[in-house]
Amino acid sequence: MSELVSIADRIVGAATTDEQVEAFVARGGETEIRVYEGQIEHYVSAQSEGIGVRVIRDGRTGFAYAGALDDPEEVLAEARSNVEFSTVDEWAGLAVDDGVETSRLELWNDALSGTATDDKIALALELERLSAGFDDRVRVDDANYVDMHAESAVATSTGIRRSGRENGCYVSVSTLADERGETQTGFGFSVGRCLDDLDPERAAREASDRATRLLGATKPSSGRLTVVFDPLVTAQFLSVLASTLNGEAVVKGRSLFRDRLGTEIAASTFTLIDDPTDVRAYSAAEVDGEGLATRRNVLIRDGVLQQFVHSSYSARRADTVSTANAVRGGFSSTPGVGVLALQPVPGTRSQAEIIAGIDHGLLVQSVSGIHSGVNPISGDFSTGAAGLMISNGEVSTPVREFTIASTLQRMLADVVEVGSDLEWLPMRAAGLTLVIDDITLSGA
Amino acid sequence: MIDHDIVERVLSSATRTGADFAELYAEDKRSTSASFDDGRVEQVNTGRDRGAGIRVISGDTTGYAYTADLSEPGLLAAAAAAAAAARGGGGGARIISLTGDGRPTRPSVALAPDGISKASKVELLLRVDEAARSMGPEIVQVSAGYGDSRKRVLIANTDGLFVGDEQVRVLMRVSAVADGDAGMQTGYQSMGHTTGWEIFDTVDVTALAREAARQAITKLSARPAPSGTLPVVIEHGSGGVLFHEACGHGLEADLVAKGASVYAGKSGQLVASPLVTLVDDGTMPGEWGTLGIDDEGHSTQRNVLIQDGVLTDYMYDHIRSVREGRAPSGNGRRQSYQHLPMVRMTNTFVLDGTDDPADIVSATDHGVYVAKLGGGSVNTATGDFVFGMTEAYLIENGRITAPLRDGNLTGNGPQVLADIDMLGNDFAMGGPGTCGKDGQGVPVGDGQPTLRVKALTVGGTAA
Repeated sequence: MSELVSIADRIVGAATTDEQVEAFVARGGETEIRVYEGQIEHYVSAQSEGIGVRVIRDGRTGFAYAGALDDPEEVLAEARSNVEFSTVDEWAGLAVDDGVETSRLELWNDALSGTATDDKIALALELERLSAGFDDRVRVDDANYVDMHAESAVATSTGIRRSGRENGCYVSVSTLADERGETQTGFGFSVGRCLDDLDPERAAREASDRATRLLGATKPSSGRLTVVFDPLVTAQFLSVLASTLNGEAVVKGRSLFRDRLGTEIAASTFTLIDDPTDVRAYSAAEVDGEGLATRRNVLIRDGVLQQFVHSSYSARRADTVSTANAVRGGFSSTPGVGVLALQPVPGTRSQAEIIAGIDHGLLVQSVSGIHSGVNPISGDFSTGAAGLMISNGEVSTPVREFTIASTLQRMLADVVEVGSDLEWLPMRAAGLTLVIDDITLSGA
Repeated sequence: MIDHDIVERVLSSATRTGADFAELYAEDKRSTSASFDDGRVEQVNTGRDRGAGIRVISGDTTGYAYTADLSEPGLLAAAAAAAAAARGGGGGARIISLTGDGRPTRPSVALAPDGISKASKVELLLRVDEAARSMGPEIVQVSAGYGDSRKRVLIANTDGLFVGDEQVRVLMRVSAVADGDAGMQTGYQSMGHTTGWEIFDTVDVTALAREAARQAITKLSARPAPSGTLPVVIEHGSGGVLFHEACGHGLEADLVAKGASVYAGKSGQLVASPLVTLVDDGTMPGEWGTLGIDDEGHSTQRNVLIQDGVLTDYMYDHIRSVREGRAPSGNGRRQSYQHLPMVRMTNTFVLDGTDDPADIVSATDHGVYVAKLGGGSVNTATGDFVFGMTEAYLIENGRITAPLRDGNLTGNGPQVLADIDMLGNDFAMGGPGTCGKDGQGVPVGDGQPTLRVKALTVGGTAA
């Protein structure tokens, strides 16, 4: 850790008075174990490290990176040599500490870093065995155990100096269910900060159920109806929606909600928060990509748009303050803007209770092509889906090979109920059951 | 990049626990990118990635470790980690004798992009912005990106292989936003080639920019796409992703071997309309999915996967070709030294048919004309796939009419292949793609002539 900080210090210490310099130094590792038919199919043990340097001079920005720690001076020199080619931007600049106190989060678990390899392998094998054991129509495509650890330091000539480390692990399984020449697929996973957090039995059962309950699925007929999103589907929907709440998209005129601050953009049942200080979130973090302390930001309250998420750059342009939402994809790029850990505020009823009140609808178990069929600038939403029809308050026949479509604007307005079943997922959004009133199903 | 004798010692060490096979893959990549948005060159970014991955196979188990440290001790440590992960049985270290010199076997590009000034690269972006904005006041935002990379690779294995390659890529992308009474619309174009800077002698980047802007402006008057099952005509060079998703992945031998493909066990059978001949070809000069050697060191080649509708072959990597006792097909690929290779496509395309493209439209009474497809995805086990249409029109009474808003198309691979009932004679390759199988991104190409699928589900909202 101190090694990363000292490298960052060395780079920033070389800054001249007419330039701003930011150094991001990171190191991490990953273990991935995949098993198949009781054998280890592969075991990947990986380490990586690197430096990214941003230099701003006279409103111009240059950046360079290297996937090694051995020559920070060369990376700084490269970044400096890239400065002259960019256009002067009066808002360009690094973050400055804004006095927000850092939430101390337990993101590192010694129990995980001390876990023996054999225990990890055993867990993957156990997951595979469990997944195939609930139903004799089910076989396992792959069962995986993955863990990762990462440490990083960010320092700037504007006075920011932060470092931290985190680790985590998950298991995931893909299943195939066969019956009368037909095959359907399922998946399950469980995420945690150490092996004891993981629930392989639940992951296995979900993977088995997801595959078997689609057996016999047919293409439904087209029409408009109420849909119920499973928590994972809701999380994917929120991840797409997030780009409309991105401060950079707003200042560059690309957000369809850019003129809607303080107005109603969703049904009053819907409240959406971005809270990376909630340690339950997989993507919880103490600082953002620019080294500012993360904070809890209410984005939509009772349907009313409260604020967008900002980095220091987009905030300066929007004449507001950073919400500490600078995000980094790693050491090889400059930070952008994005949500860190979205969570909708839960309602009061379970998915089963909600379904019991629906005469005719569709439970969406999975969506595909959400990135190819959703245009967050125009708002058009269209995605492939699979799931179960809902008839008279109960799930009935499985359906597949159809799309559901609406617009992001209409879907937010059409939220009729939010479930109580908040679920933490390995992504930047948590999920829960979400009911949307009027969606077009395209099928046969 | 790494000395011959060191490679031999590292491979020997990697097999000391009795492994069946060991391989070293090393890369040294330098890249430059420049981004333009909102009227400004935002930044120029240069980077270097260098490292090696060592793979050890023992029985059915693969161990893999990688390192950014290319010194002999660094490589030996990775070899030890990979060998331990593969958990070989008895035996001992093998004597490795490499043949070849580990140098690139094919000529490099005419003008290496790392020899071109950054100012010239930035200048391209300024021209793109100006060209896109010149299309009309409706264009309110333009973003563009330029990227190039030069990757040297060295691959050696315990079969004695010792080869090198140099892979150069140049990429441009432009997206435009138009604003109108009914909200904003977007247009997108890109080009990518495995060539050097000389590509800009033949490709006009301003035409790319004008095309992106035209798309966005055209869509301002778009109406919601239909909802339901209709005939769909796909313009040449815009829809090869359909084949990548509808059947390409299902023809990858790793998925076939696990029974996770609808095309498993179908060799020699009719799996598509007899009009369809599908090829995967990693040798096409300059295309985005082209490689001299694949990422396991085998020469790429032209593989006919479907001939006149009949499944003729699958695609293979090292592991699958050894297990099935056949020659590799040049389809073992990986994102970088940090990734395990697996079976991947290169450039995947459908050969020309005989129909005049104009006749395909005029023969369609009521349907959808897709001028540009976006990305897609497939569930290989069921064959169900989706892909996005980013420029599409209604076909009414045999004529292309109103533009349509964005949406997804969905279908089932084997069914759609059988439903191709007209195939044009105007083959063209499409834009550069990135295939994301198992979370690893690799560059791929695709192409097809104008064609008609007699029934596809169009995922719009209009009745």
